[in-house]
Amino acid sequence: MFKEQNTIKDKAAIVGIGETQFAKQLPASETELACKAISAALKDAGVSPSEVDGLASYTMESTSDFELAKNLGFGDITFFGQIGHGGGGGPATLGMLAMAIATGQCQVGVAWRSRKRGNPESRVWANKAASAELVTAANWSRPWGVLRPVDEVSLITQRYMHETGCTRQHLANVAVSIRKMANNNPRAMMYDKPLTTEDYMAARWISEPLCLYDNCLESDGALAVVLVSAERARDCNSPPVYLHAFGQGISQQSHSMVNFYSENPLQGPSWTCARQLFRYSDIQAQDIDVAQFYDAFTPLIPFSLEAYGFCGHGEGAAFTEDGGLDINGKLPCNTSGGGLSEAYVHGFNLITEGVRQLRGQSCNQVREAETCLVTASTSVPTSAVILRR
Amino acid sequence: MTTDWLLPELDELTRPFWDACKRGQLQLQRCRTSGRLLHPPRWQSPWDPGNGEYGKLDWVTVCGRGTIWTKAVPHPPLLPPFSQFSPYNVIIVALEEDPRIRMIGNLVARPQAPINSVAPTEIEIGSAVRVVFEKISDDFHFPRWVLDTRENAEDSSHV
Repeated sequence: MFKEQNTIKDKAAIVGIGETQFAKQLPASETELACKAISAALKDAGVSPSEVDGLASYTMESTSDFELAKNLGFGDITFFGQIGHGGGGGPATLGMLAMAIATGQCQVGVAWRSRKRGNPESRVWANKAASAELVTAANWSRPWGVLRPVDEVSLITQRYMHETGCTRQHLANVAVSIRKMANNNPRAMMYDKPLTTEDYMAARWISEPLCLYDNCLESDGALAVVLVSAERARDCNSPPVYLHAFGQGISQQSHSMVNFYSENPLQGPSWTCARQLFRYSDIQAQDIDVAQFYDAFTPLIPFSLEAYGFCGHGEGAAFTEDGGLDINGKLPCNTSGGGLSEAYVHGFNLITEGVRQLRGQSCNQVREAETCLVTASTSVPTSAVILRR
Repeated sequence: MTTDWLLPELDELTRPFWDACKRGQLQLQRCRTSGRLLHPPRWQSPWDPGNGEYGKLDWVTVCGRGTIWTKAVPHPPLLPPFSQFSPYNVIIVALEEDPRIRMIGNLVARPQAPINSVAPTEIEIGSAVRVVFEKISDDFHFPRWVLDTRENAEDSSHV
Protein backbone atom coordinates (compact mmCIF):
# COMPACT_ATOMS: atom_id res chain seq x y z
CA MET A 1 0.00 0.00 0.00
CA PHE A 2 1.25 3.47 -0.88
CA LYS A 3 2.36 5.50 2.12
CA GLU A 4 1.81 9.23 2.01
CA GLN A 5 5.22 9.89 3.57
CA ASN A 6 6.69 8.46 0.36
CA THR A 7 5.45 11.43 -1.66
CA ILE A 8 7.80 14.20 -2.79
CA LYS A 9 5.78 16.75 -0.79
CA ASP A 10 8.07 19.62 0.32
CA LYS A 11 11.16 17.45 -0.08
CA ALA A 12 12.79 19.72 -2.68
CA ALA A 13 12.93 23.49 -2.92
CA ILE A 14 13.69 26.05 -5.60
CA VAL A 15 16.59 28.15 -4.31
CA GLY A 16 17.68 29.94 -7.45
CA ILE A 17 16.08 31.55 -10.49
CA GLY A 18 17.75 33.21 -13.45
CA GLU A 19 16.71 34.63 -16.77
CA THR A 20 18.01 36.59 -19.73
CA GLN A 21 16.41 39.62 -21.28
CA PHE A 22 13.31 38.83 -23.37
CA ALA A 23 13.01 40.32 -26.86
CA LYS A 24 11.73 39.72 -30.35
CA GLN A 25 15.32 39.10 -31.37
CA LEU A 26 18.45 38.54 -29.28
CA PRO A 27 21.84 38.19 -30.98
CA ALA A 28 23.14 35.40 -28.68
CA SER A 29 22.73 31.72 -29.53
CA GLU A 30 20.33 29.52 -27.55
CA THR A 31 23.32 27.86 -25.84
CA GLU A 32 24.80 31.20 -24.82
CA LEU A 33 21.41 32.34 -23.52
CA ALA A 34 21.01 29.10 -21.55
CA CYS A 35 24.48 29.56 -20.00
CA LYS A 36 23.58 33.10 -18.92
CA ALA A 37 20.26 32.08 -17.37
CA ILE A 38 21.71 29.06 -15.54
CA SER A 39 24.70 31.07 -14.25
CA ALA A 40 22.31 33.70 -12.92
CA ALA A 41 20.18 31.05 -11.20
CA LEU A 42 23.21 29.41 -9.55
CA LYS A 43 24.47 32.80 -8.39
CA ASP A 44 21.01 33.60 -7.01
CA ALA A 45 21.11 30.32 -5.06
CA GLY A 46 24.71 30.68 -3.92
CA VAL A 47 25.49 27.24 -5.31
CA SER A 48 28.69 26.42 -7.19
CA PRO A 49 28.33 25.03 -10.73
CA SER A 50 30.55 22.12 -9.71
CA GLU A 51 27.81 20.98 -7.31
CA VAL A 52 25.25 20.55 -10.10
CA ASP A 53 24.56 16.84 -10.64
CA GLY A 54 21.00 16.80 -12.01
CA LEU A 55 19.54 18.26 -15.22
CA ALA A 56 16.01 18.42 -16.62
CA SER A 57 14.72 20.04 -19.78
CA TYR A 58 12.13 19.72 -22.55
CA THR A 59 12.48 17.32 -25.48
CA MET A 60 12.02 20.43 -27.64
CA GLU A 61 15.03 22.06 -25.96
CA SER A 62 17.82 22.44 -28.50
CA THR A 63 20.66 23.14 -26.05
CA SER A 64 22.24 19.91 -24.86
CA ASP A 65 22.83 18.83 -21.28
CA PHE A 66 26.48 17.87 -21.77
CA GLU A 67 27.31 21.02 -23.76
CA LEU A 68 25.98 23.12 -20.89
CA ALA A 69 27.88 20.96 -18.37
CA LYS A 70 31.09 21.52 -20.36
CA ASN A 71 30.58 25.27 -20.62
CA LEU A 72 29.34 25.91 -17.11
CA GLY A 73 31.67 23.55 -15.24
CA PHE A 74 29.14 21.18 -13.71
CA GLY A 75 30.37 18.22 -11.71
CA ASP A 76 29.55 14.57 -12.47
CA ILE A 77 25.94 14.46 -13.63
CA THR A 78 24.01 11.54 -12.11
CA PHE A 79 20.48 12.38 -13.23
CA PHE A 80 19.35 13.85 -16.55
CA GLY A 81 16.01 13.67 -18.25
CA GLN A 82 13.76 15.39 -20.73
CA ILE A 83 10.01 15.78 -20.82
CA GLY A 84 7.95 15.82 -24.01
CA HIS A 85 5.07 17.83 -25.41
CA GLY A 86 6.40 21.37 -25.67
CA GLY A 87 4.29 23.68 -23.55
CA GLY A 88 3.09 20.74 -21.44
CA GLY A 89 6.55 20.24 -19.99
CA GLY A 90 7.59 23.18 -17.79
CA PRO A 91 6.36 22.12 -14.34
CA ALA A 92 7.31 18.51 -15.15
CA THR A 93 11.00 19.48 -15.33
CA LEU A 94 10.68 20.56 -11.68
CA GLY A 95 8.74 17.41 -10.80
CA MET A 96 11.39 15.16 -12.33
CA LEU A 97 14.18 16.91 -10.42
CA ALA A 98 12.20 16.82 -7.16
CA MET A 99 11.68 13.07 -7.54
CA ALA A 100 15.37 12.59 -8.33
CA ILE A 101 16.41 14.69 -5.31
CA ALA A 102 13.92 12.98 -2.97
CA THR A 103 15.23 9.55 -3.99
CA GLY A 104 18.91 10.46 -3.85
CA GLN A 105 19.55 10.26 -7.60
CA CYS A 106 20.98 13.78 -7.51
CA GLN A 107 21.57 16.60 -5.02
CA VAL A 108 21.52 19.84 -7.01
CA GLY A 109 19.21 19.99 -10.01
CA VAL A 110 18.98 22.56 -12.77
CA ALA A 111 15.97 22.91 -15.10
CA TRP A 112 16.04 25.36 -17.97
CA ARG A 113 14.43 26.51 -21.22
CA SER A 114 16.23 28.48 -23.89
CA ARG A 115 14.32 29.38 -26.99
CA LYS A 116 14.59 31.69 -29.95
CA ARG A 117 11.17 31.98 -31.51
CA GLY A 118 11.04 35.66 -32.39
CA ASN A 119 11.89 34.86 -36.02
CA PRO A 120 8.71 33.78 -37.88
CA GLU A 121 10.72 31.15 -39.80
CA SER A 122 11.36 29.28 -36.55
CA ARG A 123 7.66 28.42 -36.16
CA VAL A 124 7.08 24.68 -36.01
CA TRP A 125 3.81 24.82 -37.93
CA ALA A 126 5.47 26.54 -40.90
CA ASN A 127 7.54 23.40 -41.53
CA LYS A 128 5.62 21.50 -44.19
CA ALA A 129 7.43 18.25 -43.47
CA ALA A 130 5.53 16.36 -40.81
CA SER A 131 7.64 15.85 -37.73
CA ALA A 132 6.93 12.89 -35.48
CA GLU A 133 5.05 15.17 -33.10
CA LEU A 134 2.77 16.43 -35.88
CA VAL A 135 1.76 13.09 -37.36
CA THR A 136 -1.88 13.00 -36.26
CA ALA A 137 -2.27 16.65 -37.15
CA ALA A 138 -0.47 16.15 -40.45
CA ASN A 139 -2.72 13.28 -41.45
CA TRP A 140 -6.10 14.31 -40.08
CA SER A 141 -6.19 18.10 -39.75
CA ARG A 142 -3.56 19.89 -41.86
CA PRO A 143 -5.00 18.67 -45.18
CA TRP A 144 -8.17 20.67 -44.38
CA GLY A 145 -6.30 23.80 -43.36
CA VAL A 146 -5.92 23.37 -39.60
CA LEU A 147 -2.32 24.48 -39.85
CA ARG A 148 -1.31 26.27 -36.69
CA PRO A 149 -1.77 25.79 -32.96
CA VAL A 150 -4.12 28.80 -33.05
CA ASP A 151 -6.43 26.99 -35.50
CA GLU A 152 -6.54 23.95 -33.24
CA VAL A 153 -7.36 26.10 -30.22
CA SER A 154 -9.91 28.23 -32.08
CA LEU A 155 -11.93 25.11 -32.95
CA ILE A 156 -12.16 24.03 -29.31
CA THR A 157 -12.81 27.62 -28.21
CA GLN A 158 -15.77 27.99 -30.58
CA ARG A 159 -17.28 24.81 -29.16
CA TYR A 160 -16.64 26.07 -25.61
CA MET A 161 -18.38 29.34 -26.46
CA HIS A 162 -21.33 27.40 -27.89
CA GLU A 163 -21.70 25.21 -24.80
CA THR A 164 -20.98 27.70 -22.02
CA GLY A 165 -21.91 31.19 -23.20
CA CYS A 166 -18.30 32.39 -23.17
CA THR A 167 -17.99 35.47 -25.41
CA ARG A 168 -15.18 37.48 -26.95
CA GLN A 169 -15.61 39.90 -24.05
CA HIS A 170 -14.46 37.14 -21.69
CA LEU A 171 -11.37 36.48 -23.79
CA ALA A 172 -10.72 40.22 -23.83
CA ASN A 173 -10.95 40.18 -20.02
CA VAL A 174 -8.09 37.66 -19.97
CA ALA A 175 -5.92 39.61 -22.44
CA VAL A 176 -6.47 42.93 -20.67
CA SER A 177 -5.96 41.60 -17.11
CA ILE A 178 -2.68 39.94 -18.06
CA ARG A 179 -1.51 42.97 -20.05
CA LYS A 180 -2.03 45.15 -16.97
CA MET A 181 0.37 42.85 -15.11
CA ALA A 182 2.98 43.30 -17.86
CA ASN A 183 2.56 47.08 -17.74
CA ASN A 184 4.01 46.95 -14.19
CA ASN A 185 6.87 44.62 -15.14
CA PRO A 186 9.88 46.31 -16.80
CA ARG A 187 11.16 42.91 -18.02
CA ALA A 188 7.96 42.30 -19.99
CA MET A 189 8.04 42.75 -23.76
CA MET A 190 4.67 44.56 -23.50
CA TYR A 191 5.74 46.72 -20.52
CA ASP A 192 5.06 50.03 -22.27
CA LYS A 193 2.12 48.87 -24.41
CA PRO A 194 -1.25 49.23 -22.67
CA LEU A 195 -4.19 47.22 -24.03
CA THR A 196 -7.88 48.13 -23.77
CA THR A 197 -11.00 46.11 -24.56
CA GLU A 198 -11.53 48.47 -27.50
CA ASP A 199 -8.05 47.63 -28.85
CA TYR A 200 -8.88 43.95 -28.44
CA MET A 201 -12.18 44.17 -30.30
CA ALA A 202 -10.58 46.13 -33.16
CA ALA A 203 -7.67 43.73 -33.66
CA ARG A 204 -7.28 41.59 -36.76
CA TRP A 205 -8.39 37.98 -36.79
CA ILE A 206 -5.83 35.21 -36.64
CA SER A 207 -8.27 32.32 -36.57
CA GLU A 208 -11.88 33.27 -35.78
CA PRO A 209 -13.01 33.36 -33.01
CA LEU A 210 -9.44 34.23 -31.92
CA CYS A 211 -7.81 37.57 -32.75
CA LEU A 212 -4.27 38.90 -32.45
CA TYR A 213 -4.49 39.55 -28.69
CA ASP A 214 -5.69 36.01 -27.97
CA ASN A 215 -2.25 34.82 -29.06
CA CYS A 216 0.97 34.75 -27.04
CA LEU A 217 4.11 36.63 -28.01
CA GLU A 218 6.95 35.15 -30.01
CA SER A 219 10.13 35.67 -28.02
CA ASP A 220 13.82 35.01 -27.67
CA GLY A 221 15.05 34.31 -24.15
CA ALA A 222 16.17 31.74 -21.60
CA LEU A 223 15.32 30.92 -17.98
CA ALA A 224 16.58 28.50 -15.36
CA VAL A 225 15.85 27.32 -11.84
CA VAL A 226 17.97 25.49 -9.24
CA LEU A 227 16.43 22.83 -6.99
CA VAL A 228 17.99 21.21 -3.92
CA SER A 229 16.73 19.13 -1.00
CA ALA A 230 14.77 20.90 1.73
CA GLU A 231 17.72 20.36 4.11
CA ARG A 232 20.29 21.80 1.70
CA ALA A 233 17.94 24.73 0.95
CA ARG A 234 18.45 26.15 4.43
CA ASP A 235 22.10 26.96 3.54
CA CYS A 236 21.32 28.79 0.31
CA ASN A 237 21.29 32.55 -0.36
CA SER A 238 17.62 32.87 -1.24
CA PRO A 239 14.57 31.87 0.80
CA PRO A 240 13.45 28.39 -0.28
CA VAL A 241 10.29 27.90 -2.30
CA TYR A 242 9.13 24.33 -1.70
CA LEU A 243 7.72 22.07 -4.38
CA HIS A 244 4.66 20.92 -2.46
CA ALA A 245 2.81 18.89 -5.09
CA PHE A 246 3.32 17.74 -8.67
CA GLY A 247 0.97 16.27 -11.26
CA GLN A 248 1.04 15.13 -14.85
CA GLY A 249 -1.78 14.10 -17.14
CA ILE A 250 -2.58 12.44 -20.43
CA SER A 251 -6.34 11.97 -20.44
CA GLN A 252 -7.91 8.87 -21.96
CA GLN A 253 -7.92 8.83 -25.76
CA SER A 254 -6.67 12.42 -25.89
CA HIS A 255 -4.60 13.75 -28.77
CA SER A 256 -1.92 16.41 -28.52
CA MET A 257 -3.27 19.83 -29.67
CA VAL A 258 -5.91 18.18 -31.92
CA ASN A 259 -7.83 16.81 -28.95
CA PHE A 260 -11.19 16.62 -30.71
CA TYR A 261 -11.41 12.85 -30.68
CA SER A 262 -11.78 11.97 -27.00
CA GLU A 263 -15.20 11.53 -25.40
CA ASN A 264 -15.15 15.01 -23.89
CA PRO A 265 -12.60 17.30 -25.53
CA LEU A 266 -13.52 20.13 -23.14
CA GLN A 267 -12.16 18.09 -20.22
CA GLY A 268 -8.72 17.14 -21.43
CA PRO A 269 -5.28 16.43 -19.96
CA SER A 270 -5.41 19.20 -17.34
CA TRP A 271 -8.36 17.53 -15.63
CA THR A 272 -6.34 14.34 -15.25
CA CYS A 273 -3.30 16.33 -14.12
CA ALA A 274 -5.32 18.24 -11.51
CA ARG A 275 -6.61 15.05 -9.89
CA GLN A 276 -3.05 13.79 -9.43
CA LEU A 277 -1.75 17.21 -8.34
CA PHE A 278 -4.25 17.57 -5.51
CA ARG A 279 -4.29 13.89 -4.49
CA TYR A 280 -1.54 14.20 -1.87
CA SER A 281 -1.53 17.98 -1.55
CA ASP A 282 -2.32 19.74 1.72
CA ILE A 283 -3.03 22.81 -0.41
CA GLN A 284 -6.28 22.59 -2.40
CA ALA A 285 -7.71 25.00 -4.99
CA GLN A 286 -9.37 27.22 -2.39
CA ASP A 287 -5.98 27.61 -0.65
CA ILE A 288 -4.12 28.92 -3.73
CA ASP A 289 -3.16 32.61 -3.36
CA VAL A 290 -1.89 33.25 -6.89
CA ALA A 291 -1.79 31.24 -10.12
CA GLN A 292 0.45 31.20 -13.18
CA PHE A 293 -1.59 29.46 -15.88
CA TYR A 294 -0.09 28.45 -19.21
CA ASP A 295 -1.39 31.10 -21.57
CA ALA A 296 -0.28 30.49 -25.15
CA PHE A 297 -3.88 31.52 -25.95
CA THR A 298 -6.44 33.42 -23.83
CA PRO A 299 -9.06 30.62 -23.71
CA LEU A 300 -6.57 28.36 -21.94
CA ILE A 301 -7.17 30.49 -18.82
CA PRO A 302 -10.90 29.68 -18.44
CA PHE A 303 -10.14 26.07 -19.40
CA SER A 304 -7.50 25.92 -16.64
CA LEU A 305 -9.68 27.65 -14.03
CA GLU A 306 -12.20 24.84 -14.53
CA ALA A 307 -9.71 21.97 -14.73
CA TYR A 308 -7.93 22.95 -11.51
CA GLY A 309 -11.20 23.43 -9.63
CA PHE A 310 -11.39 27.22 -9.16
CA CYS A 311 -14.93 27.08 -10.59
CA GLY A 312 -17.29 24.55 -12.12
CA HIS A 313 -17.25 23.34 -15.72
CA GLY A 314 -18.58 26.09 -17.95
CA GLU A 315 -17.96 28.81 -15.35
CA GLY A 316 -14.39 29.74 -16.34
CA ALA A 317 -15.43 32.59 -18.62
CA ALA A 318 -17.62 34.25 -15.97
CA PHE A 319 -14.71 33.96 -13.50
CA THR A 320 -12.83 36.55 -15.59
CA GLU A 321 -15.57 39.17 -15.13
CA ASP A 322 -15.20 42.16 -12.78
CA GLY A 323 -11.41 41.89 -12.73
CA GLY A 324 -11.49 38.31 -11.44
CA LEU A 325 -7.90 37.70 -12.60
CA ASP A 326 -6.54 41.09 -11.45
CA ILE A 327 -4.15 41.63 -8.59
CA ASN A 328 -7.07 42.20 -6.20
CA GLY A 329 -9.39 39.77 -7.97
CA LYS A 330 -10.71 36.36 -7.01
CA LEU A 331 -7.49 34.71 -8.22
CA PRO A 332 -4.60 36.92 -9.36
CA CYS A 333 -3.19 35.27 -12.49
CA ASN A 334 -0.02 35.46 -14.57
CA THR A 335 1.38 38.29 -12.51
CA SER A 336 4.46 38.86 -14.70
CA GLY A 337 2.38 39.18 -17.84
CA GLY A 338 2.76 35.48 -18.74
CA GLY A 339 3.16 34.22 -22.27
CA LEU A 340 0.62 36.70 -23.57
CA SER A 341 2.44 39.85 -22.46
CA GLU A 342 5.81 39.18 -20.74
CA ALA A 343 7.45 36.61 -23.03
CA TYR A 344 6.60 33.25 -24.53
CA VAL A 345 9.30 30.81 -23.49
CA HIS A 346 7.18 27.65 -23.33
CA GLY A 347 5.82 28.69 -19.96
CA PHE A 348 9.11 28.74 -18.06
CA ASN A 349 8.63 32.40 -17.08
CA LEU A 350 5.49 31.28 -15.21
CA ILE A 351 7.74 29.21 -12.94
CA THR A 352 10.20 32.00 -12.14
CA GLU A 353 7.30 34.40 -11.50
CA GLY A 354 5.73 31.86 -9.12
CA VAL A 355 8.99 31.82 -7.18
CA ARG A 356 9.18 35.63 -7.08
CA GLN A 357 5.63 35.78 -5.69
CA LEU A 358 6.55 33.46 -2.83
CA ARG A 359 9.72 35.46 -2.14
CA GLY A 360 7.69 38.68 -2.09
CA GLN A 361 9.60 40.04 -5.10
CA SER A 362 6.97 40.27 -7.86
CA CYS A 363 6.25 43.49 -9.75
CA ASN A 364 2.60 42.66 -9.02
CA GLN A 365 3.04 41.26 -5.54
CA VAL A 366 0.03 39.47 -4.05
CA ARG A 367 0.04 40.40 -0.37
CA GLU A 368 1.34 37.64 1.87
CA ALA A 369 1.22 35.09 -0.93
CA GLU A 370 2.08 31.69 0.52
CA THR A 371 0.95 29.33 -2.23
CA CYS A 372 1.20 29.43 -6.02
CA LEU A 373 -0.10 27.10 -8.71
CA VAL A 374 1.96 26.87 -11.91
CA THR A 375 0.46 24.95 -14.83
CA ALA A 376 1.45 23.84 -18.31
CA SER A 377 -0.74 23.81 -21.42
CA THR A 378 -4.26 22.37 -21.26
CA SER A 379 -4.02 21.28 -24.91
CA VAL A 380 -1.25 18.69 -24.70
CA PRO A 381 0.01 16.02 -22.28
CA THR A 382 0.55 18.35 -19.37
CA SER A 383 1.94 19.02 -15.89
CA ALA A 384 1.51 21.34 -12.91
CA VAL A 385 3.13 22.14 -9.57
CA ILE A 386 2.01 23.75 -6.35
CA LEU A 387 4.75 25.90 -4.84
CA ARG A 388 4.73 27.18 -1.26
CA ARG A 389 7.04 29.24 0.85
CA MET B 1 -6.64 23.64 -60.14
CA THR B 2 -4.74 23.88 -56.89
CA THR B 3 -1.92 21.36 -56.81
CA ASP B 4 0.12 22.13 -53.71
CA TRP B 5 -2.22 20.80 -51.00
CA LEU B 6 -0.65 19.48 -47.81
CA LEU B 7 -1.03 15.75 -48.35
CA PRO B 8 -1.31 13.22 -45.57
CA GLU B 9 0.93 10.19 -45.25
CA LEU B 10 -0.28 7.18 -47.16
CA ASP B 11 0.63 4.06 -45.24
CA GLU B 12 -0.79 0.77 -44.00
CA LEU B 13 -2.86 2.60 -41.39
CA THR B 14 -4.32 5.37 -43.56
CA ARG B 15 -4.58 3.75 -47.02
CA PRO B 16 -7.98 2.04 -46.47
CA PHE B 17 -9.53 5.43 -45.60
CA TRP B 18 -8.19 7.10 -48.72
CA ASP B 19 -8.95 4.15 -51.01
CA ALA B 20 -12.58 4.32 -49.84
CA CYS B 21 -12.68 8.06 -50.54
CA LYS B 22 -11.66 7.32 -54.13
CA ARG B 23 -14.74 5.07 -54.35
CA GLY B 24 -16.91 7.86 -52.92
CA GLN B 25 -17.30 6.17 -49.55
CA LEU B 26 -16.51 7.37 -46.06
CA GLN B 27 -14.99 4.43 -44.17
CA LEU B 28 -13.84 4.23 -40.57
CA GLN B 29 -12.48 1.52 -38.35
CA ARG B 30 -14.86 -0.42 -36.10
CA CYS B 31 -13.87 -2.52 -33.11
CA ARG B 32 -14.83 -6.12 -33.87
CA THR B 33 -15.69 -6.88 -30.22
CA SER B 34 -17.43 -3.74 -28.96
CA GLY B 35 -18.77 -2.44 -32.28
CA ARG B 36 -17.49 1.06 -31.49
CA LEU B 37 -16.23 3.23 -34.32
CA LEU B 38 -12.77 4.80 -34.23
CA HIS B 39 -11.18 7.89 -35.74
CA PRO B 40 -8.34 8.66 -36.37
CA PRO B 41 -7.28 5.09 -37.17
CA ARG B 42 -5.46 2.94 -34.63
CA TRP B 43 -3.25 -0.14 -34.94
CA GLN B 44 -5.56 -1.96 -32.53
CA SER B 45 -8.80 -1.22 -30.76
CA PRO B 46 -8.58 0.45 -27.34
CA TRP B 47 -12.13 -0.78 -26.68
CA ASP B 48 -11.19 -4.45 -26.66
CA PRO B 49 -8.68 -4.83 -23.86
CA GLY B 50 -7.36 -8.20 -24.77
CA ASN B 51 -9.50 -11.31 -24.84
CA GLY B 52 -6.89 -13.21 -26.78
CA GLU B 53 -7.68 -11.81 -30.23
CA TYR B 54 -6.30 -8.44 -29.31
CA GLY B 55 -8.22 -5.41 -30.53
CA LYS B 56 -9.20 -6.48 -34.05
CA LEU B 57 -10.52 -3.71 -36.28
CA ASP B 58 -12.56 -3.74 -39.49
CA TRP B 59 -13.04 -0.92 -41.99
CA VAL B 60 -16.77 -0.19 -42.42
CA THR B 61 -18.68 2.33 -44.52
CA VAL B 62 -20.60 4.99 -42.60
CA CYS B 63 -23.54 6.97 -43.96
CA GLY B 64 -21.56 10.19 -44.36
CA ARG B 65 -24.04 12.39 -42.52
CA GLY B 66 -23.52 14.33 -39.33
CA THR B 67 -23.81 17.70 -37.64
CA ILE B 68 -21.39 20.60 -37.31
CA TRP B 69 -19.76 20.33 -33.85
CA THR B 70 -17.58 23.42 -34.14
CA LYS B 71 -15.97 25.74 -36.69
CA ALA B 72 -13.05 28.13 -37.17
CA VAL B 73 -12.02 30.64 -39.82
CA PRO B 74 -8.26 30.89 -40.33
CA HIS B 75 -6.72 34.18 -41.45
CA PRO B 76 -3.06 34.94 -42.39
CA PRO B 77 -0.27 34.16 -41.80
CA LEU B 78 -0.93 30.78 -43.42
CA LEU B 79 0.79 28.35 -45.78
CA PRO B 80 0.08 27.80 -49.46
CA PRO B 81 -2.38 26.80 -50.81
CA PHE B 82 -4.55 27.98 -47.92
CA SER B 83 -3.31 31.58 -48.12
CA GLN B 84 -5.14 32.02 -51.44
CA PHE B 85 -8.47 30.83 -49.99
CA SER B 86 -8.31 32.81 -46.73
CA PRO B 87 -10.59 33.42 -45.00
CA TYR B 88 -11.82 29.86 -45.47
CA ASN B 89 -13.69 27.68 -42.99
CA VAL B 90 -12.79 24.59 -41.04
CA ILE B 91 -15.53 22.55 -39.41
CA ILE B 92 -15.59 19.49 -37.21
CA VAL B 93 -18.42 17.09 -37.95
CA ALA B 94 -19.94 14.76 -35.36
CA LEU B 95 -21.05 11.66 -37.25
CA GLU B 96 -24.60 10.36 -37.25
CA GLU B 97 -23.65 6.76 -36.31
CA ASP B 98 -21.73 7.93 -33.21
CA PRO B 99 -21.50 11.67 -32.42
CA ARG B 100 -18.37 10.95 -30.36
CA ILE B 101 -16.63 10.40 -33.72
CA ARG B 102 -15.58 13.82 -34.97
CA MET B 103 -13.90 14.55 -38.29
CA ILE B 104 -12.15 17.72 -39.39
CA GLY B 105 -13.19 19.08 -42.77
CA ASN B 106 -14.48 22.08 -44.70
CA LEU B 107 -18.01 23.18 -45.52
CA VAL B 108 -18.46 23.94 -49.22
CA ALA B 109 -21.47 25.44 -51.02
CA ARG B 110 -21.76 22.42 -53.36
CA PRO B 111 -19.55 19.52 -54.43
CA GLN B 112 -16.25 20.72 -55.97
CA ALA B 113 -16.75 24.28 -54.69
CA PRO B 114 -13.74 25.88 -52.98
CA ILE B 115 -13.25 25.92 -49.20
CA ASN B 116 -14.16 29.60 -49.04
CA SER B 117 -17.46 29.17 -50.94
CA VAL B 118 -19.64 29.49 -47.83
CA ALA B 119 -19.73 32.78 -45.92
CA PRO B 120 -18.26 32.11 -42.45
CA THR B 121 -21.19 33.88 -40.77
CA GLU B 122 -23.61 31.40 -42.35
CA ILE B 123 -22.01 28.38 -40.71
CA GLU B 124 -23.92 27.24 -37.65
CA ILE B 125 -23.01 24.68 -35.03
CA GLY B 126 -25.63 21.94 -35.10
CA SER B 127 -26.43 22.16 -38.83
CA ALA B 128 -26.87 18.85 -40.66
CA VAL B 129 -24.18 18.10 -43.25
CA ARG B 130 -23.24 15.28 -45.55
CA VAL B 131 -19.95 14.26 -47.10
CA VAL B 132 -18.87 14.92 -50.67
CA PHE B 133 -15.48 14.26 -52.22
CA GLU B 134 -13.06 16.44 -54.16
CA LYS B 135 -10.32 14.87 -56.25
CA ILE B 136 -6.99 16.37 -55.18
CA SER B 137 -4.63 13.87 -56.81
CA ASP B 138 -4.71 10.27 -58.03
CA ASP B 139 -4.27 9.07 -54.44
CA PHE B 140 -6.36 11.59 -52.57
CA HIS B 141 -10.00 12.52 -52.87
CA PHE B 142 -10.56 14.80 -49.88
CA PRO B 143 -13.85 14.49 -48.01
CA ARG B 144 -15.62 17.85 -47.77
CA TRP B 145 -19.08 18.63 -46.44
CA VAL B 146 -22.23 20.30 -47.77
CA LEU B 147 -25.32 21.32 -45.86
CA ASP B 148 -27.72 18.37 -45.92
CA THR B 149 -30.59 20.29 -47.52
CA ARG B 150 -33.09 19.43 -50.22
CA GLU B 151 -31.15 21.44 -52.84
CA ASN B 152 -27.98 19.50 -52.11
CA ALA B 153 -29.75 16.14 -51.95
CA GLU B 154 -29.80 15.76 -55.75
CA ASP B 155 -26.07 16.34 -56.21
CA SER B 156 -23.80 13.51 -57.06
CA SER B 157 -21.48 13.20 -54.10
CA HIS B 158 -18.53 12.15 -56.21
CA VAL B 159 -16.99 13.23 -59.47
